[in-house]
Amino acid sequence: MLQYAVLAPFLTALVVPFLFRYIRAIHTGWLILPIPFGIFTYFLSQLTNISEGHNQHSMVQWVPSLGMNFSFYLDGLSLLFSLLISGIGTLVVLYSIFYLDKNEKLHNFYVFLYIFMGAMLGVVLSDNIYALYLFWELTSISSFLLIGYWYERQASRYGALKSMIITVLGGLSMLGGLILLSIITGTTSIREMIAASDTVLESPYFTGILVLILLGAFTKSAQFPFHIWLPDAMEAPTPVSAFLHSATMVKAGIYLTARLFLLFGGTDIFFVLVTGFGLLTLCWGSYMAVRQTDLKAILAFSTISQLGMIMTMLGFGTKEAAFAAVFHIFNHATFKGSLFMVAGIVDHETGTRDIRRLGGLMTLMPISATLAFFGAFSMAGVPLPIFNGFLSKEMFFKTSLDLETTSTLAASIAPFVPALAVFGSIFTFVYSMYFFFHTFTGKTRGELKVKPHEAPIGMLISPIVLVLFVIIVGLLPNMINEPILTPATAAIYGELPDKHIVFWHGFFEPALYMSMIVVALGVILFLTRTKWQSVYNWIPGVLSANKTYDYLYNMQFRVSEKTTRTYMTGSIRHYMLYILIFIIGATGVTLFVTDGFVIDTSDLAPISWPEVAVGLVMAIAAIATILMKNRIAAILVLGIVGYGLSLLFVFFRAPDLALTQLIVETVTVALFLLCFYHLPKLDTKKQPVGAKTLNIIVSVSVGVLVTLVAIASHSSKKFETIAHYFIEESHHLGGGNNVVNVILVDMRGLDTLFEITVLGLAALGIYAMIRLRDKEEME
Amino acid sequence: MEIIMSILAGILFSAGVYLLLQRQLLKIVFGTALLSHGAHLLILTMGKLNRGAPPILEEGIKDYTDPLPQALILTSIVISFGVTSFLLVLAYRAYRTNKTDNMEQLRGSDHD
Repeated sequence: MLQYAVLAPFLTALVVPFLFRYIRAIHTGWLILPIPFGIFTYFLSQLTNISEGHNQHSMVQWVPSLGMNFSFYLDGLSLLFSLLISGIGTLVVLYSIFYLDKNEKLHNFYVFLYIFMGAMLGVVLSDNIYALYLFWELTSISSFLLIGYWYERQASRYGALKSMIITVLGGLSMLGGLILLSIITGTTSIREMIAASDTVLESPYFTGILVLILLGAFTKSAQFPFHIWLPDAMEAPTPVSAFLHSATMVKAGIYLTARLFLLFGGTDIFFVLVTGFGLLTLCWGSYMAVRQTDLKAILAFSTISQLGMIMTMLGFGTKEAAFAAVFHIFNHATFKGSLFMVAGIVDHETGTRDIRRLGGLMTLMPISATLAFFGAFSMAGVPLPIFNGFLSKEMFFKTSLDLETTSTLAASIAPFVPALAVFGSIFTFVYSMYFFFHTFTGKTRGELKVKPHEAPIGMLISPIVLVLFVIIVGLLPNMINEPILTPATAAIYGELPDKHIVFWHGFFEPALYMSMIVVALGVILFLTRTKWQSVYNWIPGVLSANKTYDYLYNMQFRVSEKTTRTYMTGSIRHYMLYILIFIIGATGVTLFVTDGFVIDTSDLAPISWPEVAVGLVMAIAAIATILMKNRIAAILVLGIVGYGLSLLFVFFRAPDLALTQLIVETVTVALFLLCFYHLPKLDTKKQPVGAKTLNIIVSVSVGVLVTLVAIASHSSKKFETIAHYFIEESHHLGGGNNVVNVILVDMRGLDTLFEITVLGLAALGIYAMIRLRDKEEME
Repeated sequence: MEIIMSILAGILFSAGVYLLLQRQLLKIVFGTALLSHGAHLLILTMGKLNRGAPPILEEGIKDYTDPLPQALILTSIVISFGVTSFLLVLAYRAYRTNKTDNMEQLRGSDHD
């Protein structure tokens, strides 16, 4: 059944162009809306199965001999993600029906979106590393296509390319890590790898594997310093940003880290890397969000920071932290999804996302304002029981205080963790408030092109549903605990968590005071925001990772252009030299390394002087061809080589060859003599000494190599001759006594047929070239 | 004898390659002709030379020289004849069109 859930979106993507083409009356979105909803209900129906511990498994064979199979596995963790993908997917498709006009390129949009949906389900359900990688890259590609949806905009193309380069780079390194894992454990199944985690832990490649896989996870989940692609990805249509770039795709890295938690988790290096980069991302992202002026840019940096927070919790390695991470994955998807949709509504209704020009929208768009209020306050972690964001954030503070560290390195980092967590959360508070108050309260700050009014109800349904989750989970968090959070945590950590979510822990809970500090400092910073503006504008300046990216990106073009220019000179002689030098190198080295050169004088034909004399004449004539300054003389000495060869054929008992060579040589010489008259005289200008020396060296080396290969092949007969077959069968099979003729016209008759074809084509070409007249000749 | 012929093949190859690296189209055509002569000799030498009778069956003769290289060379001679004549006319055509037979001047521009 699982494979059909993954397959369904792909199949839908196939039909979309036809739907769009032939059913123009209805928005294409309506027609395909049932697909994600159906998938969602299917996964909902699995809730009881999974929470009772009955994990689902199904397999479709692909390349079994290489261990590549579509093996799908549904446990608590993949169920959580599958529900998010299909559930938010449904809401996003619904929202997009109102967001994108019927005249947009809907066929493109929905094809890309459904490919993404299928690929993302594939990522979270695959148990096979190759299938996982395949789907992983498919999400990168579909994300690239969706960001570049408005491809006529330069910024869209830039953003699309950037996200592609960074995530595919990470994807490749992840593939390396996964392959190493499969070599060590001897399996391509993730579950079997986890079962063999001891082997992995003891492996000398452990650190390397961890770094490679984390590179994949960090690039995908926009961790510092790879976060730079996410803000540029905001060029995508807002439904895409809500779906891919906040709720699902960017969580693929989180998913991967969680999925392999049992392999790596609890080790010091895992703690240092994941928590370290997570915290850095959390602080940097929330700080950067404060200085943004575009609504979606604020949300993008906020997503970066929240992803950093989830990573940090996974890095902690405790059961409580894993639980908190799962809880926050869920909460973040709800409040950030709704905020993105509200940002899209504001953009749609006012024509701008520039927060400096917005304000006072509360009276004009009361419903959107209410939705934004819940989303923003939940994101800020305001301690009220109606915001789910607060619950998971408090858990984050609490787990940051209860770190279990085993090494001195980890222990020396641990005390800074709570402080940094608070630091990052203060800015989270500030930008959340900024987002809400600056957009919806106060006065309108700039002239808007259109008179804003409330969005159509269809556009509001999706964010309303998400905000309802924010409130309900805030009030009754344990409603999703048993069916969703507990199985997911169990899948990550390997043990069932014993966790009951409570809002109020009493006055002696340190996490409460941390929340209080965040709120207090956050309020102060928000109110005095204008005074800090200069600081926000000053940092990061040159520290920006974007500058590094742009530099490397441009550098790559310049360097490759330079390199190409050095060898692609346009001179045929140079290209010929590369080829010849490569042949000399490759053959020579092989001959040398394999000890291929042997000389065996025991089985040689006796030397006969007439043959030697002819050979000598040929050699002299060949060299003379080079030295001749006169065209006719050169043609004649070349003829001597040819006639000498036919004489040799006579000596070596090849009468057919001798005859053919004689005729061909005569015709060739005649042809040369006919043609040369139309060609310019031979060039007597001296060549530069360097070029000449190089030519001599290369040509002599080729000659020597040919001689060596010829002697070696003669001296070391590796295979029995098959000559006797032709001699015995010639009469019997071909009915002829001239064996060479029988081979040509009978045994290799097809070969000869094509040979004649080649000759015919050459003749046609020659005829065409002679008949061809350029303009000048016509006159 | 085989060794001497191998050396001769090598010389033919050297001369052919050297001509191939020249600037003038006519010399390049010479080069290809020499190269094919060298190759034919090489193939023939790789079988054994001067053993047995020519491969034309006759009553009472048991030993024949290897017919396979001969068959291959026969094909090759004809093909290289085609190639040489094609190249020759191509050289003629290129010269008529471009007014030069110098390969260094026939590079084309950067934007081709």
